[in-house]
Amino acid sequence: MPVMTMVQALNNALDVKLADDPSVLCFGEDVGVEGGVFRVTEHLQKKHGTKRVFDTPLAESSIIGACVGMSVMGLRPVAEMQFDGFVYPAMNQIITHIARYRYRTRGQRNIPAVIRFPYGGGVKALELHSEAMEAMYGHIPGLKVVIPSTPYDAKGLMISAIEDNDPVIYQEPKRLYRATKQEVPDGLYRIPIGKAKVEKDGTDMTVISYGAMMHVCRKALEFLEKDHISVELIDLRTIYPLDWDTIAESVKKTGRVLVVQEGPKSFGVAAELIATINEKCFEYLEAPPMRLCGNDTIPPLPRSEDLYCPTPERVHYYCRKLADYQI
Amino acid sequence: MAIETKSKKTEKANGQVNGKGASSLFDAFDAVSGKKLEVLDPNGKVLHPEWMPDLDDELLLAGYKMMKYARIVDLKAVNLQRQGKLYTLPVNRGQEAAAVGSAMALRKDDWLVPAFREIGAYMWHGVPVETVYKWYLGLESGSVMPEGVNSLPTSVPISSQIPHAAGIGHAINYKGLDQVVLCYFGDGGTSEGDFSEGLNWAAVFTCPCVFFCNNNQYAISVPRDQQTKAQTIAQKAVGFGLPGIQVDGNDLFAVYRATKEAVDYARSGNGPVLIEAVTYRMGAHTTSDDPTKYRTSDEEKIWEPRDPLIRVKKYLLDKQLWTEKQETAYEEECAAKIDEVVSHVVGLGPNSIPELFEHQFETLTNSLAEQKRDIEEFLAWQGKRG
Repeated sequence: MPVMTMVQALNNALDVKLADDPSVLCFGEDVGVEGGVFRVTEHLQKKHGTKRVFDTPLAESSIIGACVGMSVMGLRPVAEMQFDGFVYPAMNQIITHIARYRYRTRGQRNIPAVIRFPYGGGVKALELHSEAMEAMYGHIPGLKVVIPSTPYDAKGLMISAIEDNDPVIYQEPKRLYRATKQEVPDGLYRIPIGKAKVEKDGTDMTVISYGAMMHVCRKALEFLEKDHISVELIDLRTIYPLDWDTIAESVKKTGRVLVVQEGPKSFGVAAELIATINEKCFEYLEAPPMRLCGNDTIPPLPRSEDLYCPTPERVHYYCRKLADYQI
Repeated sequence: MAIETKSKKTEKANGQVNGKGASSLFDAFDAVSGKKLEVLDPNGKVLHPEWMPDLDDELLLAGYKMMKYARIVDLKAVNLQRQGKLYTLPVNRGQEAAAVGSAMALRKDDWLVPAFREIGAYMWHGVPVETVYKWYLGLESGSVMPEGVNSLPTSVPISSQIPHAAGIGHAINYKGLDQVVLCYFGDGGTSEGDFSEGLNWAAVFTCPCVFFCNNNQYAISVPRDQQTKAQTIAQKAVGFGLPGIQVDGNDLFAVYRATKEAVDYARSGNGPVLIEAVTYRMGAHTTSDDPTKYRTSDEEKIWEPRDPLIRVKKYLLDKQLWTEKQETAYEEECAAKIDEVVSHVVGLGPNSIPELFEHQFETLTNSLAEQKRDIEEFLAWQGKRG
């Protein structure tokens, strides 16, 4: 089986779907000739032609707005926003049209578009290249939000996202693009949207995370093993809709839960998770649910970003606090 | 100071259509004509003495020295990035005449609204090299202007700064001031909605704005002719009802001549102007970019002799305003100054914990205060563990 980085797995997913379905188009700024600034679309234009894979003018609002028109015409647009911080000019189209079309036309028109972009910090990038705003997308009714943390999941989730008949925000953790390699099958396979994964079984506490922070949590597990704390680690994979069954089953078992997210703490994914855990698992809890998040500031510029993003050491600290908590 | 809600100059301007007759330069190089203003050829010879700007020797020499300085600052930055001492940064090489020649047309109290590839303009207008390097080092202090420097900080989201320039121009009119705003963006930026909205706003409200497009031929990998089907970017001015002029952006004299005219035109209450400076990004988009993916070295070679520094230097040598000896001494002087700044800047650490939380609001919110305590507690715990 071929071994791939996440960039290669995503490239392969797009390649496979372009070959599989003539209604799929890939486009965005620098995705054609250059193959994307992170090379996610490398060679796809050569292979599938300039009608299927193309560079657009530098106009994010039109890249997303065009997805509406293409969808109405029966196409499946896969639009790249070059960076997390460059989606904002397109927010008008995302909120006022992409997310609303099915509901307001009573199902007559749906938008099977994928809006994909690299997100998050940790690569020492310029201003507005380090945003983790998935909570904002999750808060918009009508959007599915997917974030992989491994090459294998990245490919399977991308194929599911392209085949989904509703709009999917697909955030790619840029710091994991080339961080790890994994066996990834050739051809079509799917990871269902809305299904979390128990990556590691444990009994003392549940740690829930997703995307780039999964890597941070995995490293923290090494410290925790030495402390003889048994952690059940859950990778959400989909932010909306959340997989309550998997989460509740784990929290009911362990009674303790920590959520780790990169984005700002207030009104975040962790807040949503913990609120629902309180609703569904209150009587099973042995400690108040905890969350480790980014701060309620804009992401600091690269010199100071290490003080913003959760680190393995901080995950370790929170897990220790959670383990030590006595009612 | 009394604030005039509507200045006399604005009333006068409202009666005009497209500023016709207010500038012989803009009439001669009407955007629809497709003509490009050139003064100096790549060998430093004056092609068009009739369009020679009124530029005294002292100002010209200062302009050249700033171009040279900006070049050395840029080369040094790229070098430091390669050594891992600075983070990803945009490369300026090749665009010094456009940056410096335009900013030279401003008064000290005028406003500069940069994108992110105009360090020559930034520094001419008073932004210290320390500030440039601090931004490249990923420090928020790289967006702080010294007292009295009327410049906005770098703007990363493409063309998002254009409406800001319109807003400054609007405020200048409202307050009855006589300042002008010079706003930069690139060829790719003209595809953004903010470009159209900002130019339209400035035209509708007769704002004293000069919109300066650095057409450096590429928006990362996408060439100019795939960005817009307009014959020139200057022509885009026509639809907004303002003058547009295309200039050789590698010609300091042409850039200065057109910008000075535009600044005077805007200051006189005629409204905004769009300038398209035709130039070439000789380096990569940023230090993370690899131009071999999308352009040939043959193409890059065509632009080498058009380097904006070469022709001004030849002109100055010709006029005996500058010597090779002075050039060498100046290069050494620049390098020494930059080294001194670099030795200070690259040693700067990250923001302190308080700095990490302050300035998101005027006063710290309860949630920020708690998050600050959380980090302090963690650091104390970590410290105890050693």
